[in-house]
Amino acid sequence: MSYIIDRRLNGKKKSTVNRQRFLRRYKAHIKKAVGEAMNSRSITDMNKGEKISIPTRDLSEPIFSNGRGGHMEQVLPGNKEFITGDRIPRPGQGQGQGSGGSGASDSGEGIDEFVFQISQEEFLDFMFEGLELPNMVKRKLAGNDSFHVVRAGICNEGSPGRLNVVRSMRAANARRIALSGGKRRNLKLLEAELEQEESKDSALRDQRRINQLRLEIEDLKSRVNRIPFLDDFDLKYNLLIKQPRPSSKAVMFCLMDVSGSMNQATKDMAKRFFLLLYLFLQRSYEYTEVVFIRHHTSAKEVDEQEFFYSRETGGTIVSSALKMMRDIMRDRYPASEWNIYGAQASDGDNWNDDSSTCHKILINDIMPHVQYYSYVEITPRDHQALWEEYQSVAQVFPEHFAMEQIVDVQDIYPVFRQLFTQKVAV
Amino acid sequence: MLDTTAEKKQPISTTSEWTFELIQEYDREIALLAKDFGLDTYPNQIEVISSEQMMDAYSSVGMPVGYNHWSFGKQFISVENNYQRGRMGLAYEIVINSNPCIAYLMEENTMAMQALVIAHACYGHNSFFKGNYLFRSWTDASSIIDYLLFAKNYIARCEERHGVDEVEALLDSCHALMNYGVDRYKRPYPISAHEEERRQKEREEYRQRQLNDLWRTIPKLNGGKEDIPVHRFPDEPQENILYFIEKNAPLLENWQRELVRIVRKMAQYFYPQRQTQVMNEGWATFWHYTLMNGLYERGKVTDGFMLEFLQSHTSVIYQPPYDSPYYNGINPYTLGFSIFSDLRRICENPTEEDRVWFPDIAGSNWKETLQFAMRDFKDESFILQFLSPKVMRDMKLFCISDDDREKEIVVNAIHNEDGYRELRAKLAGQYNLGNREPNIQVFSVDTRGDRSLTLHHTQHQRRPLGRDTVEVMRHLHRLWGFDVHLHSLNGDEITASYHCPELGRDRSEEEESMLVPKPI
Repeated sequence: MSYIIDRRLNGKKKSTVNRQRFLRRYKAHIKKAVGEAMNSRSITDMNKGEKISIPTRDLSEPIFSNGRGGHMEQVLPGNKEFITGDRIPRPGQGQGQGSGGSGASDSGEGIDEFVFQISQEEFLDFMFEGLELPNMVKRKLAGNDSFHVVRAGICNEGSPGRLNVVRSMRAANARRIALSGGKRRNLKLLEAELEQEESKDSALRDQRRINQLRLEIEDLKSRVNRIPFLDDFDLKYNLLIKQPRPSSKAVMFCLMDVSGSMNQATKDMAKRFFLLLYLFLQRSYEYTEVVFIRHHTSAKEVDEQEFFYSRETGGTIVSSALKMMRDIMRDRYPASEWNIYGAQASDGDNWNDDSSTCHKILINDIMPHVQYYSYVEITPRDHQALWEEYQSVAQVFPEHFAMEQIVDVQDIYPVFRQLFTQKVAV
Repeated sequence: MLDTTAEKKQPISTTSEWTFELIQEYDREIALLAKDFGLDTYPNQIEVISSEQMMDAYSSVGMPVGYNHWSFGKQFISVENNYQRGRMGLAYEIVINSNPCIAYLMEENTMAMQALVIAHACYGHNSFFKGNYLFRSWTDASSIIDYLLFAKNYIARCEERHGVDEVEALLDSCHALMNYGVDRYKRPYPISAHEEERRQKEREEYRQRQLNDLWRTIPKLNGGKEDIPVHRFPDEPQENILYFIEKNAPLLENWQRELVRIVRKMAQYFYPQRQTQVMNEGWATFWHYTLMNGLYERGKVTDGFMLEFLQSHTSVIYQPPYDSPYYNGINPYTLGFSIFSDLRRICENPTEEDRVWFPDIAGSNWKETLQFAMRDFKDESFILQFLSPKVMRDMKLFCISDDDREKEIVVNAIHNEDGYRELRAKLAGQYNLGNREPNIQVFSVDTRGDRSLTLHHTQHQRRPLGRDTVEVMRHLHRLWGFDVHLHSLNGDEITASYHCPELGRDRSEEEESMLVPKPI
């Protein structure tokens, strides 16, 4: 006899844990591959999975095995031309005098790569692993949206979906016991009497009493049975209440220079940097707001689409963007509630004597209120006035101000990592 | 081929779509046939699964439950890769040696394939599991699933308590020695998961009370004289290295010993399968072929069904010649199927040659003879007994001898009158597990000195150890906790030695590594 079972609906991700174990073990390899992939990708497909390859040798599970050498005898199928006693030259570069295990050859091994695909999720996980927005300290009981729902015992009303079966049945049981207690006690007495009566000798039996008892028992039983098994007021529901949750609200200002001095390649790098930042924020900080500001001689707040794809251009006045950031901060993001971050990318080129204005705005109006401000200069050339002004800002706020230089595409990911690496709490 | 009694012979199905009712009906018909042929089987549990589930089953060596380890993840990823790129079809059968015998059918398959798998797995393999002496004496079909469950839970608990990394490292080391965790002579007792758990506690308590001989530091009472004959520990070389470690490794914690034991048990469970690959697959293939033809003769299946079946059958038993780019060793399906089919032929239509070579068998009852061949042999002895000259001729077998002291490879024997016996012996030798894996045994432990463990490798025809040896030695060192040495011996002469930690390293470093087994 055979049993036929349909198992198709059973879980099919049985190997997930093992797969994760595998990824965990080869994290170093995968991270390296992810870093390399970041550099070679174009802006638009940052957001995809990746093919990872690991040298097979690193994956090997060693066991004791026979090496080459010694005397081997082998039976093979498909003989076409050989007769006993034939001598055949060794195929390939056979090792004529390979003696002992020391001369083990490495032919046929070590070249293979174990190649596999990681998903987009996993790719991003690896890409942003160990990164964070620094100094995220301000927390506040705010807004309507940050609640979490907790259990708060049992109540008598609720939606059917929250019905607590065990408690409802217990209540029903209690009610049935309570309502039928007296009747069942009587019932027991009557039954005992009936039994006593029936056990008497047939001559002594009081048939009328028996009949009467039977009737009474019937009646009581039916009355006990009439008590409903489950009544409306037995129903108990799990009570869930909302608890407000202190949230850390954060806003990131992305300031990008799109002036004429930035050529296509530099703009491209700046966009890649911001795209990386944007992806990171979207992924790791659900409630982070992003403000995009692009500037040439004048600054403009734009949306994501325009920030990354618009082609407008002009001269350069960096302070215009900083002023705009300052104003937006004042209007919409009071520093008492918000963790404020700034990221700026530029080629370092600026209108004469505007750099000192930038310095002033940063020191007086922006730095005191922001958690972290990072400046990336994308240029292969020497630094100009702006870089020096910013260096002096960095000296005043060493914890909260960071600046890095990007020379070519290869630097973007490492610089990004450097700026946002998780700092170990002191 | 002409069917004169067409009205009586009604095929079970005429399309390639399968339904549960049809599977049931095919199974009933095949079961009837199998009974006529005298196949004795465990009850069957046929499970229909999807291809993803098949991949899961693949990567956990076919087991429905298994503990977690990265190597299964690696296996899964490579199966998934190959399948998605269309490089391989999933095998259409996985069958588990348990009682009831669990067989998987994949939902993508056609009705003909499902019937083929039922015949192959549920009646072929199943009867082999139930009949063959190795399976009967070494594995216990009724308790394996319970044991797997116990192992999975126990290892999960260890991970919680001691950390994933630690458990993983230990399992790595055990896996490296898995092939040396087999009792070749003792028979394990069948026990349930509950019982296993109780005993595990018992063992733990017992071990805690036990004095490990290796730690004995109490001075001897014979006036400090050191002339007692040196008593070697262990008394005799031990082939079951994992067992030796489980019982004697000085530094292992109790839970670690238990893990070693679990890996050892798994190895033991798979041991018969490794020894009967040709027979097992040959037997199942022979029976699916015979049963399918039986169905056809009874008019239960259509010509189209048979064509699909034959197409699949011939590709399963295809043997590429040695010089083909697809050659990948001798196909166990081909060899086993050929031998069993030829056995039947020898019984039914013996030739003169058969009467000379198989006087006992020629002309006997084929069902009984095949049952006998299936029950009491393993690959090595099976080939030695039953490989007939005709099969050698058909497969055009020849034997080459590759001696590194000679300049050229010599053809020893081919499929002719002079060569049959030698060919047969050589092929049988090829299936002797002892020849395939290096023979390595625990030789001694330096109980008075540095507690180092010494192993001996006895070379088979001067074959040295492979390249992984150094790595495996590190794993062994992690389990043992003290120095380990391995000598490779050709006769009495040591031709190579491996040490872990390597000799000549800074002593202080070594001492450190004695206390804390280093991660590999």
